[in-house]
Amino acid sequence: MRKIRTYNQVPHGTGSELLEQVLDQQDRLVTRLSSVSTLVAVASGKGGVGKSAVTANLAAALAMRGFRVGAVDADLNGPSLGRMLGVSGMSLSDRPDGVEPPEGVQGVRVMSMELLQDAEDAPLRWREPESGKFTWQSTLETSVLREFLSDVVWGELDFLLIDVPPGTDKIGRLLELLPDLDQALLVTTPSETTRFVVSKSLRLVQEAGVGAVGLVANMTEHECPQCGHRSSLFESGGAERLSAESGVPLWASIPFDPRLGAATDLGNPLVTKEPEAASSRAILALADRVDACARSGARTR
Amino acid sequence: MKFLCLECDEAMDFAERQLPGDGTLAAVFKCPGCSREMAMLTNPMETQLVSSLGVKIGGRDVPAQPMELVRGSLEGGREEAFHEPAPPLSQDVPVPGTTSPAGAGPVVWTPEAVDRLSRVPKFVRGMVKRIYGEWASEHGIAEMTPELMDQARTELGMEGM
Repeated sequence: MRKIRTYNQVPHGTGSELLEQVLDQQDRLVTRLSSVSTLVAVASGKGGVGKSAVTANLAAALAMRGFRVGAVDADLNGPSLGRMLGVSGMSLSDRPDGVEPPEGVQGVRVMSMELLQDAEDAPLRWREPESGKFTWQSTLETSVLREFLSDVVWGELDFLLIDVPPGTDKIGRLLELLPDLDQALLVTTPSETTRFVVSKSLRLVQEAGVGAVGLVANMTEHECPQCGHRSSLFESGGAERLSAESGVPLWASIPFDPRLGAATDLGNPLVTKEPEAASSRAILALADRVDACARSGARTR
Repeated sequence: MKFLCLECDEAMDFAERQLPGDGTLAAVFKCPGCSREMAMLTNPMETQLVSSLGVKIGGRDVPAQPMELVRGSLEGGREEAFHEPAPPLSQDVPVPGTTSPAGAGPVVWTPEAVDRLSRVPKFVRGMVKRIYGEWASEHGIAEMTPELMDQARTELGMEGM
């Protein structure tokens, strides 16, 4: 068999410039985000734990504290952050150096796939060939997320929150795009099943060396609006157990409040509408914790 | 990806790219030693696999535009998704004798080209306008016509826009 030189044995570039373009994309991303002080991913791995509602309320809470805040909806297939932060139907300003995002509640700058789609009930569809979609769809959607981060004129921000869709793989993709992520908030609920799933995400972000990781227990208990009696929604204390096992601190325990979902769904996060509600107070305290963490160990990009 | 000329044991250089508009792609590579050429042909799925990275084989003819990939790929883009900041009145639309609002250079648009551009979906119109403007500047073209728009669209692989 004849000996053919391997790829690595052929140092000569082909001039196809693929690698150069990928590196250029990374440079653009780094340059764009250099005006952002702290990047925070709000993730879970598990669906239905209230990541988007936590992200929207946390964004509003940080803005209420006087910070300049942006929020990216990384859930391309089921976007909800735009609605929750009150930018549905708004337009992006098209400039040669990038698109300027609309400002929603408390001046939070928002980028979401919802802003780009023509119908409320439109599922995400790509114009590209149907055949072999499985081979390129994931790559395309990661590239689109990169555009959401690098092609938006964020301006000077204190915090940019990224609402990460369910699935541990989605966290992995984000970490590939943003290896210098400053903080990861992992939203969980007290349930054992959620603990099981979130533990995988936790390990992923820990191994990736994210600057700081905090757990957020959502829907921890319910307070009866009539008598004030508090009852647990779930049997087990999965969040506390996860925190104890991993050594990752529990940064917030947000009690269940039906008003939080209802208000946020209408583009009016509860922290702005009823800041004295127990769940709002927990989210405002979380904002303070996020801020304190940023001050203590903020990375510089 | 590299192509090695086995006769010369030399890596081949990229020479030319053709996008016939059916989703396929032809990329020509040439051996610097013996000048032998070979064409790499990709089917739509393979072409898309590379495009999904937001890159173009052989490099870019014009700089990447903001949100280029999502605007070029999304089915059912919202007409009102993007708006251009109001330029000075004289530059509101590209008309003969005016500078492109994108600042792409003093490219003059004929009335026919302006009319053609107005039929491009608003979702991509701003981006397409800048791409045509930059392509024209790159080629030293002073006046944009529908025929040149066709040429640019074919060269840049912008079918459907």
